[in-house]
Amino acid sequence: MLIGVVLVAAVVYLLPTIKPTFWPYKKINLGLDLQGGMHLVLEVDSDKAVENTIERISQELRSSLRKQRIRYTALDRINGTKILVKISGTENIEAFEKLLDDEYKDLRLARSNTAETLAVTLDLPDSETDHIKKMAVEQALETIRNRIDQFGVSEPDIRNQGDKRILIQLPGIKDTQRAKELIGRTALLEFKLLDETGDVDAAIKGALPPGSELLYQIKEDPSTNRTTRIPYLVQKRALLTGAYLTDAKVQIDSQYNEPYVSIDFDKKGARIFERVTEENVKKRLAIVLDDKVYSAPVIQEKISGGSARITGNFTADEAHDLAIVLRAGALPAPVNIIEERTVGPSLGADSIRKGIISMIVGGLLVILFMFAYYNFSGLIADFALILNILLIAGGLAAFQATLTLPGIAGIILTIGMAVDANVLIFERIREEIGLGKTPRAAVDAGYQRATLTILDANVTTLIAALVLFQFGTGPIKGFAVTLSLGVLASLFTALVLTRSIFDYLLMQRKIKKISI
Amino acid sequence: MQFIKPNINLNFIGKKKIAFLLSITMVLVSFASLLIHKGPRFGIDFAGGTIIQVKFSAPVEIDAVKQGLNGTNLQFSAVQGFGAIEDNEFLIRAESTLTTDENFSSQLAEGLQTATGMATEVRRVEMVGPQVGRDLREKALLAMFYALLFITIYISGRFELKWILSGVMAGALMAAVYFFKLFDVSIPFLMAAALAVALVLFWLFELKYAMGAIVALLHDVVITVGIFSIFDKEFTLPIIAALLTIIGYSLNDTIIVFDRIRENQRRYHKDPLAIIINKSVNETLSRTLLTSLTTLIVLVALFALGGGIIHDFAFAMIIGVLIGTYSSIFVASPILLAWQGRTRRK
Repeated sequence: MLIGVVLVAAVVYLLPTIKPTFWPYKKINLGLDLQGGMHLVLEVDSDKAVENTIERISQELRSSLRKQRIRYTALDRINGTKILVKISGTENIEAFEKLLDDEYKDLRLARSNTAETLAVTLDLPDSETDHIKKMAVEQALETIRNRIDQFGVSEPDIRNQGDKRILIQLPGIKDTQRAKELIGRTALLEFKLLDETGDVDAAIKGALPPGSELLYQIKEDPSTNRTTRIPYLVQKRALLTGAYLTDAKVQIDSQYNEPYVSIDFDKKGARIFERVTEENVKKRLAIVLDDKVYSAPVIQEKISGGSARITGNFTADEAHDLAIVLRAGALPAPVNIIEERTVGPSLGADSIRKGIISMIVGGLLVILFMFAYYNFSGLIADFALILNILLIAGGLAAFQATLTLPGIAGIILTIGMAVDANVLIFERIREEIGLGKTPRAAVDAGYQRATLTILDANVTTLIAALVLFQFGTGPIKGFAVTLSLGVLASLFTALVLTRSIFDYLLMQRKIKKISI
Repeated sequence: MQFIKPNINLNFIGKKKIAFLLSITMVLVSFASLLIHKGPRFGIDFAGGTIIQVKFSAPVEIDAVKQGLNGTNLQFSAVQGFGAIEDNEFLIRAESTLTTDENFSSQLAEGLQTATGMATEVRRVEMVGPQVGRDLREKALLAMFYALLFITIYISGRFELKWILSGVMAGALMAAVYFFKLFDVSIPFLMAAALAVALVLFWLFELKYAMGAIVALLHDVVITVGIFSIFDKEFTLPIIAALLTIIGYSLNDTIIVFDRIRENQRRYHKDPLAIIINKSVNETLSRTLLTSLTTLIVLVALFALGGGIIHDFAFAMIIGVLIGTYSSIFVASPILLAWQGRTRRK
C-alpha cells in the first residue's frame, strides 16, 4: 500500500518535467551550471555610504556657517568619516557652539581647545553609522532587484548574504556583460554648476580651488574608436540629484536621430530645478552621472515643468539601460563584484549530456553485476535501484530542489551506494541459508539482522550530507540534496520494497528455493 | 556467484603491524608532499582568482591560445587543456581577480579567434575575490570539523550508549573551539587543536569505538588529501564535497564492521577480542568488497565520461573509497584491540 502511494507520488511529480502541462506543474529546477546563467556576489561598500552622509553634513555645515556669518579657519573631512572644524575668536566660537546645539544635536563631538581657537572633530555615533550601513545594503538590494525586474530576467534570485553582500543569480542570461553593468552601476545623477572662475589647467596640475572638483567628460568617436577626455572644473555641491526623479524614458532626437534619455522630476525636484535655472541663467550646468560629465549646457532661461534630457552619443541599448537605472534609482553606495561565475548554455547542455551518459553506463554495469552475483535476487535489487532513481527525481521535483552538476554526480554515486543495503541483506540471507535455515526463515532473519546495521550506516552519510548542505553554495548544495534523497530512497527501497517482494514470492507464490 | 567463501578466515589482525606501518608511511608521505608543495594547492574557490574555459571549433596549439591572450589583461596567465582532447577546450587561469569590465568576454573571444583562426566560444567564467576565497576556506574547514564532531557524537552514543557523555564531549569541544577562537588563531590550527582535544577526550572517557572510527576517518582524509597533493591537483569546492562524502562512506564501512564485532562479542563472549574482531572482519568482508566494487564501478564511469568539471571530484572519490575500504579493515578494528592492551596493563 505505502509502496504504491510513494511510487505514484514520485511518478506524478516527475510528469511535468517531461511534459510541462501536467499537474502539479513542478519541473525539476536546473542549477545555473546546467542551464547556463550568471551567479554574482556583490559587496556593498557601505563605508562609502557613511562617507557620503558625512560629506553631505559637512556641506550643510559649511552653508549654515556662511549664512550665520560665523568665520572658520578650517572645515575639512578627515579620515573619510570625520569633520574637523577650526574656529577662532570667542564670538565665533560662541555662535558655533549654539549652532551645534541647535541643529547638529546628533553628532558626536571631540573638542580640543587652545587659548584662542576651538578645534572640534565631529562624527556620527556608532549606532547611527551601523544603521546607515545596514540601510545602504537593504536599499542596494531593493534597487538592484528593481533594475533586474525592469531589465526582464526570468526567475532571478536576489538575496542578502551576510552583512554586506548581495547574492544574485540570473539563470539563462545571455548578455552577461550588459547585465553586470546594469547591476553594478551606482547611477548617481547630479546637477552641478561649473566653476567658471577657477583655472582648469591649474586644477589638473593639482591646485584645486576649495569647494570644486575636477570631472571628465569621456567622448568616444565610433569611427576611430578613440576616446577623448575633456576636463571640467565643477562645484562639489550638487544642486539637484536623481533622488527627485519620477520617470526616465528613452527618446529619439528628431534632429540627429540619436537616442537620449528624458527625465521627469517630482514636484519638489521641479521646484528646485526651476529655482536653480532661474538663479543661474547664462551659467553652465553640468549633468554628472557617477562622476562623469555627460554634458554641460549653458542655461538659457528659467526651466519650469521639471523635465530635462541626458544626451551623450548613446547606443539604443545604452540609453535603454540608463533609463532603467535612473528609474530604479541610485545605489546608496558603490558595489563591487567579488565573485562571479558564468556558465554558457552550451556548456550546461554538455554537462547534462555527459552526466546522463555516465549515469546510464555506471547504472547498467551495476545492474549487470548485481544480476550476475545474486541471480534472481539481484534482479529484485536492480528493480529497487531503478525505483530509487525515480524516487530521487520525484523528490527533487516535489521539494523544488535544484539539480546541479555535482547533484548529478550525487545521483550516480547513490546508484553505486544504494545497492549496499541490498548487499548487506543478501549476504545475511546467504549466511542464514548456509546455517541450514528454510528460505522463509532465512529471509526473515536476514532482514531483521541487517535493518539496524543499515540504519546505522546510512545515518552517517546523512550527517555528512546535512553538514554539506549547511555549508554549501549552489552546486554543492545540489550534491547534498541528491545524496540525502538517495540515502532516504535507498532505505525505503531496501527495507520496505524488496522486503515485500520477497514476502510476496515466498508466501503467495510459495517459492521453495531462493535464487540468491 | 561468490567471490568470498562463507567460511573464509584470513588473519587480518595478525597483519596489523604491517598495516600500521603501511598506514603510517602513507600518512607521512602525505604530510611530506603537503610540506614540499607548501600546503594544498587551492583552486580559485579558495585562493581567489579567475578561470575562463574556452572552446575552439577545431584543434589548436596551446601556444596559439597564449598568443591570443597578449594584449588582453589575461596576458601571462596559465593555459592548459581541459577535459577530453577532442573537445578542444582550454582553461585560462589568472591569480588576480580581474574586473571583467566592459566587453571583456567579446574582446577575449576576438583576440583568441584572430590568434588561432578558429571560432571561439567563452563557455565559463569564474572569478572569486580573495575575501570570498578566504571565507570559503574557513567554511570548508568548519564543515569538515562539524561533520567529524556530529559523527563522533553519533558513534559514541550509538555504540556505547553514552549519549550524555558524548553530549558533554561535544560541549567541551565547542568550548575549546570558542576558547581558541578568542586568541584569534588561524582556522587550520584551530581544527588541529580541536581534533587533538577530541582524541584526548576519547582516550580519557574510553570511547573506543569513536576513537577507532575517528582515527580511521582522519587517516582516510589525510591520505586522500596527500594523494591529491602528490598529483598536484587543485582543491575546489567539489573536492571538499568529495572529502565529506568519503567521511560518510568510510564510516559506513567501519560501522558495519563494528556492528558485527558487537554482535559477536555478545555471542562468543568467551573468545579473546582479537579473534572476535578477526571473525567479524571476515564475515563482513564479502559485503565490504562488494559495496566498494559497485561504488567504484559508477565512479569510474563518472571519471571517464562525466566531463572535465566533475573529473577531479570522481578522482577524489575513487581514492577515498579505496582508502576507506582499506582503513575499515586494517585500521579501525585494530585500534579497538590496541585499547584492550591498554586496559589489561592497568
